[in-house]
Amino acid sequence: MAAPMQCGVETQSSESSMSLKKALTAVSPLTLRIVAECPVTKARACELALPHCTVSTPVFMPVGTQGTLKGITVDQLESLGCQICLGNTYHLGMRPGPELIEKANGLHGFMNWKRNLLTDSGGFQMVSLVELSEVTEEGVRFKSPYDGKEILLSPEKSVSIQNSLGSDIMMQLDDVVSSTVSGPRVEEAMHRSIRWLDRCIAANKNPDKQNLFAIIQGGLNAELRRACLEEMTKRDVPGFAIGGLSGGEEKDDFWRMVTLSTDHLPREKPRYLMGVGYAVDLVVCVALGCDMFDCVFPTRTARFGSALVPWGSVQVKHKQYAKDFQPIDPDCQCPTCKRHSRAYLHALFKSDTAAMHHITIHNISYQLSLMRSVRQSIVEGRFPQFIQTFMRRMFLSRDQYPSWAVDALASVNITLE
Amino acid sequence: MHLELTRVVQGSGRLGVLRGLSRTRPHHSLETPGCLLYTHLGSVPHLTQDTLHTLKDLPSVTQVTLSDIAEHQEVLESFKEGFRKFAGLHDTVLYCSLHDPAALCPAGYTTNKKCTQPDWYTSMADGETWQVNTTRKRVRKSVDRTLAHLDECLLLHHKLPELEEVSVFGVVEGGDIVDERLRSARETAKRPVVGFCLDGFQTGFMEPSVRAQLIAAVTEELPEDKPRLLPGVGRPDEVLACVEAGVDVFEGFFPFQVTERGCALCFRFDVTPDPESAGRAPPAVLELNKEEEVVRNGNVNRDDQTQMTPFEINLKDKRYEDDFGPLVKGCGCYSCQNHQRAYLHHLLVTNELLAGVLLMIHNTSHYLGFFKALRAALASDQLELLKRRVMEAGGRESD
Repeated sequence: MAAPMQCGVETQSSESSMSLKKALTAVSPLTLRIVAECPVTKARACELALPHCTVSTPVFMPVGTQGTLKGITVDQLESLGCQICLGNTYHLGMRPGPELIEKANGLHGFMNWKRNLLTDSGGFQMVSLVELSEVTEEGVRFKSPYDGKEILLSPEKSVSIQNSLGSDIMMQLDDVVSSTVSGPRVEEAMHRSIRWLDRCIAANKNPDKQNLFAIIQGGLNAELRRACLEEMTKRDVPGFAIGGLSGGEEKDDFWRMVTLSTDHLPREKPRYLMGVGYAVDLVVCVALGCDMFDCVFPTRTARFGSALVPWGSVQVKHKQYAKDFQPIDPDCQCPTCKRHSRAYLHALFKSDTAAMHHITIHNISYQLSLMRSVRQSIVEGRFPQFIQTFMRRMFLSRDQYPSWAVDALASVNITLE
Repeated sequence: MHLELTRVVQGSGRLGVLRGLSRTRPHHSLETPGCLLYTHLGSVPHLTQDTLHTLKDLPSVTQVTLSDIAEHQEVLESFKEGFRKFAGLHDTVLYCSLHDPAALCPAGYTTNKKCTQPDWYTSMADGETWQVNTTRKRVRKSVDRTLAHLDECLLLHHKLPELEEVSVFGVVEGGDIVDERLRSARETAKRPVVGFCLDGFQTGFMEPSVRAQLIAAVTEELPEDKPRLLPGVGRPDEVLACVEAGVDVFEGFFPFQVTERGCALCFRFDVTPDPESAGRAPPAVLELNKEEEVVRNGNVNRDDQTQMTPFEINLKDKRYEDDFGPLVKGCGCYSCQNHQRAYLHHLLVTNELLAGVLLMIHNTSHYLGFFKALRAALASDQLELLKRRVMEAGGRESD
């Protein structure tokens, strides 16, 4: 297959050699600088330079599916220290549509977010909205839930929409299969994803401003994963995502696929583990070598009154908190914890939507603070100790530690005390 | 508490400053005519303190309703430090009202003011006289009962040291019967209250012209230097009419109602003459007949309050899909400075929570701007001009 530097050079015309020269001298829209590597685990702390600003990794990226982060203003999000968040191609492609967003100066202009944006390709909706979709070599045919119209999301269409959205990182359209499915469909999807990756690369109109990431598939089958890794790493993409996981599979299979993937991904490119967001999962997967994460869980669970804390969660709507006058977490520095008590939030849930916003702010703060602490410990060479402390805080006793986490960490030389 | 009047124009309203709102927070004052900050359990709907404080010149008085408090009375009793601290309120005066002006059903509770510790509140009142055909007997009873409640309340204040810092507003009842209204006003004025709450005039309860007359008659009987608060009236045209009838303070629930129907306030309230149109025929005045009909039928249509008014635009309308202008040109609020109509349209169509946040900020800002303009108009004799400006149709569409 094509060697890395060959992207975009197909003929020997003077035009294309001019553009090759241009490409070589232009500033890359993504640069990864590795600041520190954990000598014990596979963790790294990096600086990821992207068009809108530099992102410190490991990083958790909050999800703002429809061009908004559920009740939080962009100012509030910025104040929490968020440097990159997500938007979704499928949803935004439907409403309000790429043409309108282009008119609004891209998704950045439309939602007035000045930092980085990552857009998902719409692939995951294939799984989540499987009743409404049909996959062929061409693409995914969806029946719109809004007006019943049929739409074809092809690699070209997905990239075209993402070009209109103007995100800093775009995801290839992958053939996504639920991680609970096995058999020939998984292999078919893996091979198709490679072909779709090539089509996405070719379709990208803005390679100098938008970074297209590949997504490694292969389900829970080590051989298929390896094959996918071997092929996809031959393409010169700025970053790789590990996909097809975090969907309900056994955690024991999950972590093995994650670590297998990071073993075969280039060191100097970012690794994005899609759909991972529980605190324990984040810490373990950082240890396994992942740099970037996203998940709807923290923001979704907030709206149900579930506040995330270092020892689990505080279900603010439960009766037991009606007279609890402490903040959600006395050590938390977020605006919610600095001003409000569990009791007030408990009461407010019955009266106003603002209660949800308070918890959303807290949960985003929790996730971002967690990653900052993780990063700092890697930089200071004490990530292994951080993991020990983290686990002790999160679980009541050693025998409560999830066995998959114990095994995963053992695989990178961490023996949990 | 005392009202320092700076201007009184017969039939045109009063301009003043309400001082001594709180014995524990003497630095606060409220310019009148003015409105209160409407909240649900101490939170301005949809807003956290961060988003709330993008607004400048917030009313110094925060309103919380009795039913909100009553629901959490046990908790407040355990807390012991008062509602203000419980809610994490900013530095503000706390007023506890009887009813939630934006709720459809009035409710009455008995509650203990000790655990709430507001700065002022309205005493219990019997206001169940809004039905058409309420008999004179029933109305008389409501006036009597209300006075009795007030006397009980004032006695409690005498007895309980915790209530020393708390002020009471008397409630004037009387339905739509002039004699009863006058009686209620005179009797209430005899008591040592710091101000008067004119109950039973909420939007939809009676014809606007009847209301204006009754309010004017009532305020004649009330001492000049005590504030008159009118609950349940929020539409700009009604506010203007009631200011002329002698009202000083309004509740600030109207921006919330507008927000809940996905609309943005956009009526004009600038009175500097427009060089372009000076000398030309005045623009068309808004047609109000349709809404008035509903009241004339004799049925109190409380749903009035959820219908769109002529003072707003409906952002769900397809015409705003690709309108990249701010909600209102020239508006300095966070929403207008940072976002566009097209984005708000998208948020509403996709049922996103941020729509409520951004609209609440804008609508509150716009409404407070209106009150500021109202005070300026009273100061410079331009109330008529302001009235015309506010009622301009087509003012809505200006970009």
